[in-house]
Amino acid sequence: MQTVVLIKQVPDTATRIKIGPDGKDIQRDGLTLVLNPYDEYAVEEALRLREQHGGTVTVMTLGPARADEALRSALAMGADEAVRVDGKPQDALQVGWALAQAIRTLSPDLILCGKQAVDDDQAEVGALVAEFLDLPQATVAVALSVDPAAHSASAKREVEGGLQQLAFSLPAVVTAQKGLNEPRYPSLPGIMKAKRKEIAVLSADLGIEPGLELVRLTPPEARKAGTVLKDLSGADAGAELVRLLHEDAKAI
Amino acid sequence: MHLVVLEGDDRLRKISHEAIGAARALGGPVAAVAVGKDARKLAEEASHLGVSQVLTVEGPEVSAYAVRAWVRAVETAVAKSGATLVLFGATSQGKEVAARLAGRLKAGLAADVTAISQDGGALVFRRPIYAGKAFAEVRLISKVGIATLRPNAFSPAAKDAEAAQIEPLAVSFEAKDLDGKATGFEAGSGGQVELTEAEIIVSGGRGLKGPENFHLIEELAKELGAAVGASRAVVDAGWRPHTEQVGQTGKTVSPALYIACGISGAVQHMAGMSSSKLIVAINKDPEAPIFQVADYGVVGDAIEVLPAMTEAVRQLRA
Ligand SMILES: Cc1cc2nc3c(=O)[nH]c(=O)nc-3n(C[C@H](O)[C@H](O)[C@H](O)COP(=O)(O)OP(=O)(O)OC[C@H]3O[C@@H](n4cnc5c(N)ncnc54)[C@H](O)[C@@H]3O)c2cc1C
Ligand SMILES: Nc1ncnc2c1ncn2[C@@H]1O[C@H](COP(=O)(O)O)[C@@H](O)[C@H]1O
Repeated sequence: MQTVVLIKQVPDTATRIKIGPDGKDIQRDGLTLVLNPYDEYAVEEALRLREQHGGTVTVMTLGPARADEALRSALAMGADEAVRVDGKPQDALQVGWALAQAIRTLSPDLILCGKQAVDDDQAEVGALVAEFLDLPQATVAVALSVDPAAHSASAKREVEGGLQQLAFSLPAVVTAQKGLNEPRYPSLPGIMKAKRKEIAVLSADLGIEPGLELVRLTPPEARKAGTVLKDLSGADAGAELVRLLHEDAKAI
Repeated sequence: MHLVVLEGDDRLRKISHEAIGAARALGGPVAAVAVGKDARKLAEEASHLGVSQVLTVEGPEVSAYAVRAWVRAVETAVAKSGATLVLFGATSQGKEVAARLAGRLKAGLAADVTAISQDGGALVFRRPIYAGKAFAEVRLISKVGIATLRPNAFSPAAKDAEAAQIEPLAVSFEAKDLDGKATGFEAGSGGQVELTEAEIIVSGGRGLKGPENFHLIEELAKELGAAVGASRAVVDAGWRPHTEQVGQTGKTVSPALYIACGISGAVQHMAGMSSSKLIVAINKDPEAPIFQVADYGVVGDAIEVLPAMTEAVRQLRA
């Protein structure tokens, strides 16, 4: 079974975000970059499927040379091959398009992504790739089983109020949600091997017009200091808090 | 023309009321489309919300949810209505149909929008990025634009005296549109209020000390008609299901009132709730970061404060 996993390098979720002087991007100097957390679930799932069904796992990213680090993290977990699509997309349409064109040359049985990249928070690229390749999709998956011989798969996806079960054919695009699996840590031999591994670089086909234009980035509005109740007994504090929420904030 | 894609089972989801409200606030005529076995019921409800027309798509192809069938239906509705802006709720269904439709129409998509403003002639969509640590203001520059709207961010549409016309829409489905059909559903824990749409959320963290104390959270939630949320620490510990997790790797919520009990306020947790209108923190540690965003706080033991709150709310309601 051939699996392609789409991964993205993103700022660590704990980092402070500062907007740059041009108001169009964040300040990137000194940012700690990591593999997008949801993409770790996608990589892990691909490795488990390879253990079950054989085949190879190719990880792919669209990004600058620095994104090689993210590919190497995935290689260290156990991926076989890594591809970097080099280019400067302007929006998700262009990202989805360029990735779809690069995936096409590999004709995989399965494409795994994260449910969302935690920088732009769009949750869009998986569905775009599926649409551009005319494949079925299962997004926000917390369970996946595939039958490569029968070209069929089923998944459970997280929806409001519960889990939706889906049946679909392969090849397909599946986007990973937390809960799909527990990602493994890279092994020491894995890390050594990943360092030496050649990363294939393709140039991005951005042959689609962007549909979105960034006007500006703004910081969130500051919250003003709140009213804090101290030195009251638990019972008094609870009653006073409810009174404030009712009379003062009119929230209950 | 703006087109709102409706969502709901027996009843129209709250987010669909909000999406119609947002579309009407932009001015100009608003059409809506309902797809699936409940399409008529949803259309009926929406027809009283000040839209000019409601399209319905019914039939065996959409008897159960399938993302590509929904995309085909909405694509047809866009062509029929001549809409240049398509609005969805940012629900799990809305997000995936919208994203796939964006590919189909080669359209720009503004995801998880919390505000829309007019700048000259153009619409500017405001959306949180980096989990709410910044906002991006974007313009849609494609012929048709698409946006998904975050629940609780827009005012629901007011009822209109006149009922709009409901019109069945014929859609030519292809066999592949049904590849990926829903085959079943497992209901999540409890019949409680859906987290992402809740007006009030009572959330518990590791400060609750153990799963046995979460009944204190549940009781207050019940008294307030609220949903129950949780921090990742308690989800990872197996005290609560993942469906209740609020934060960067859980749900993003923006209720009118968020009550955080025994939650420290790690950035990844705040990422999921910082757009709540009013934030209340109950924490033993006065230095806990959650107090930096709290409008009201209690420095104290949640296990003592919660029952007193529940009792006080009960008296208020009596
Ligand atoms: C990639 C990544 C993604 C993450 N995603 C999420 C996410 O989606 N959601 C999320 O929540 N976290 C997430 N986290 C984890 C996050 O960093 C924190 O570890 C987590 O939020 C802590 O949960 P907590 O506040 O319940 O526990 P703690 O941080 O242990 O805090 C417990 C708090 O309870 C207080 N306390 C103790 N006893 C009492 C008492 N009796 N009464 C009142 N207060 C008391 C303490 O003072 C403390 O502030 C993520 C982390 C990473 C690295
Ligand atoms: N530049 C990229 N390169 C490779 N994969 C990406 C890229 N951007 C997004 N993805 C994949 O698509 C998923 C969803 O991203 P997004 O739609 O940006 O939230 C991510 O979790 C990745 O798996």
